[in-house]
Amino acid sequence: ANFRSVDEDFFEDLEDTLIGADLGFDLAISISNQVREAVKLENVKDKEAIKELIVRLMVESYERQGENEDQSMHFAPKGQPTVILFVGVNGVGKTTTVGKMAQRYKDQGKKIMLAAADTFRAGAVKQLQEWGDRAQVPVVAGPEKADPSSVVYQAVERAKDEQVDILFVDTAGRLQNNVNLMQELAKMNRVIQKVLPEAPQEVLLVLDATTGQNALQQAKLFKDSSEVTGLVLTKMDGTAKGGIVFAIRDQLHLPVKWIGFGEKASDLRAFSAEDFVYGLFKDLVKN
Amino acid sequence: MAFENLTERLSKALKNLTGKGKIGEEDLQASLKEIRLALLEADVYYPTVKKFIAAIKEKAKGAEILDGLNAPQQVVKIVNDELTALMGEKAVPLNKSEKIPTIIMMAGLQGAGKTTTVAKLAYKLKKEDKARPLLIAADVYRPAAIDQLEVLGKDLDIPVFSEGTDVDPREIVKHGLAEAKANKNDYVFIDTAGRLQIDEALMTELKDIADIAKPDEILLTVDAMTGQNATETAEGFANALALTGVVLTKLDGDTRGGAALSIRDVTGKPIKFVGQGEKPTDLDVFYPDRMASRILGM
Ligand SMILES: Nc1nc2c(ncn2[C@@H]2O[C@H](COP(=O)(O)OP(=O)(O)OP(=O)(O)O)[C@@H](O)[C@H]2O)c(=O)[nH]1
Ligand SMILES: Nc1nc2c(ncn2[C@@H]2O[C@H](COP(=O)(O)OP(=O)(O)OP(=O)(O)O)[C@@H](O)[C@H]2O)c(=O)[nH]1
Ligand SMILES: [K+]
Ligand SMILES: [Mg+2]
Ligand SMILES: [Mg+2]
Repeated sequence: ANFRSVDEDFFEDLEDTLIGADLGFDLAISISNQVREAVKLENVKDKEAIKELIVRLMVESYERQGENEDQSMHFAPKGQPTVILFVGVNGVGKTTTVGKMAQRYKDQGKKIMLAAADTFRAGAVKQLQEWGDRAQVPVVAGPEKADPSSVVYQAVERAKDEQVDILFVDTAGRLQNNVNLMQELAKMNRVIQKVLPEAPQEVLLVLDATTGQNALQQAKLFKDSSEVTGLVLTKMDGTAKGGIVFAIRDQLHLPVKWIGFGEKASDLRAFSAEDFVYGLFKDLVKN
Repeated sequence: MAFENLTERLSKALKNLTGKGKIGEEDLQASLKEIRLALLEADVYYPTVKKFIAAIKEKAKGAEILDGLNAPQQVVKIVNDELTALMGEKAVPLNKSEKIPTIIMMAGLQGAGKTTTVAKLAYKLKKEDKARPLLIAADVYRPAAIDQLEVLGKDLDIPVFSEGTDVDPREIVKHGLAEAKANKNDYVFIDTAGRLQIDEALMTELKDIADIAKPDEILLTVDAMTGQNATETAEGFANALALTGVVLTKLDGDTRGGAALSIRDVTGKPIKFVGQGEKPTDLDVFYPDRMASRILGM
């Protein structure tokens, strides 16, 4: 879109841009209407000012939705292990994100352990072990095709015994409409709580930025089955904008906590609404 | 529910019309709005939706069918027919080379389902045609990508050619093809690493592999949950490679899969198979009419 002057075409371009970024139709129209109102009220005319206005409105709207939410990462009191569970549909980047986080918190001086609770997908355990090797942190794995909950149980016990600071649990990809597999997640949660009643401190739902409107269903159903505490939005180094997280924020009040932007351990950063919104318009609002 | 049944939605939109006789411009607009929403919720590419709505409008007017009780159903039928036509009407089989081996190469974004699809398709050919495929492990980047293919090959009793991660994928493909020739394999699958269509170095690698292997099939593997960006991705891969077809994965989910339409529209290449699960048998031939109904939520 090339927002030349602020006329009807401008608002149509804005809607196209927002829909093209996967915000969804309703939200795109609602934001566009808010901008229309604000432009009238503030009598904005030049393009730079408009761009600033849009970004401000979107950041405000994102943050307003999350006023009562805690966007920070939660940890157990000192002396107890924190458990962080990663869930999501197939191929979104769970294992990779576990690898990235292991490195990040290890670099902060924490004692880290990984649990390979994807006992289903071919090569999944090996993949996590390779990430564990890179970060030089131990990986708890069970025998082939083991019950994932038994692996989780062993890992939590070990983490407690060895006074690990953070245990990251990698789970198998599962589609949210697969009831059996969703129940398996609930079981994992129960198993963790048997050993550590306050855990898991975080259940992070990993979402692929290329995903469209289905991500809303993912968030809904994963939230129902495993009390998701936040989102990780991956593959932001691609051309997709990940705008669906706005709709998820609006409807489900789940904050994005992390952004993945590549396949290296360092390609992870904390989420910033402002950066995210700027990214959305980076190549869309041309001067 | 996020995705109501479209027919129901349309009926609601048109409920005050029953008995009115012919449906006017305004009423048509209302139902077209519903269709637009259904298509957008299914992630059909927005510009395609716009084009599409305009075309339906023309058709609906021209056909003068919008009278009586069945108007909503009739509009739905027009949309359904259009979608089916856009997606190519008939199922298209896999290409087969006159001389063995038939070479099939995978391409696509990270995590789309390439490796899983290689195993599924090789297994299908083995089972149904008594084929003797060889799988070449040409992903040297993703941790344990080779292990993944090797485990799948072992489970299905299909040989895998690999040379570890220190050899250039181009060389691996050359060597793998020589091995297939020596062993008289009738099918060769090349499992490539996932990559972004904007990654120049990796896209060049993919082009080089295609130049070396001269595949009979280059299958773009696309996640059915993909949103509005599907077009840009498909365009990127189609510009770099002579794609011959598409595999749409993860259709066992509850996505409406509108990306199918965009991909077909951009690449002009048929969707040949759909992935419907994680097991080796979860691969089906693609039927455009079923996909059209799915996109519309019928
Ligand atoms: N470009 C890019 N690729 C990523 C990113 N995160 C993960 N990937 C790649 O996406 C693919 C899938 O990542 P995984 O970590 O295996 O995903 P997963 O969710 O664990 O997958 P399953 O366990 O099979 O469900 C791999 O090729 C990763 O290298 C990212 O932020 N950017
Ligand atoms: N539910 C479901 N999962 C699928 C399907 N196809 C693949 N998967 C899963 O999706 C994830 C990614 O599949 P892969 O085959 O590893 O994808 P890839 O394209 O080879 O990934 P990279 O090599 O990392 O780019 C795995 O968890 C697969 O089991 C499908 O049709 N349905
Ligand atoms: K994906
Ligand atoms: Mg994984
Ligand atoms: Mg692969």
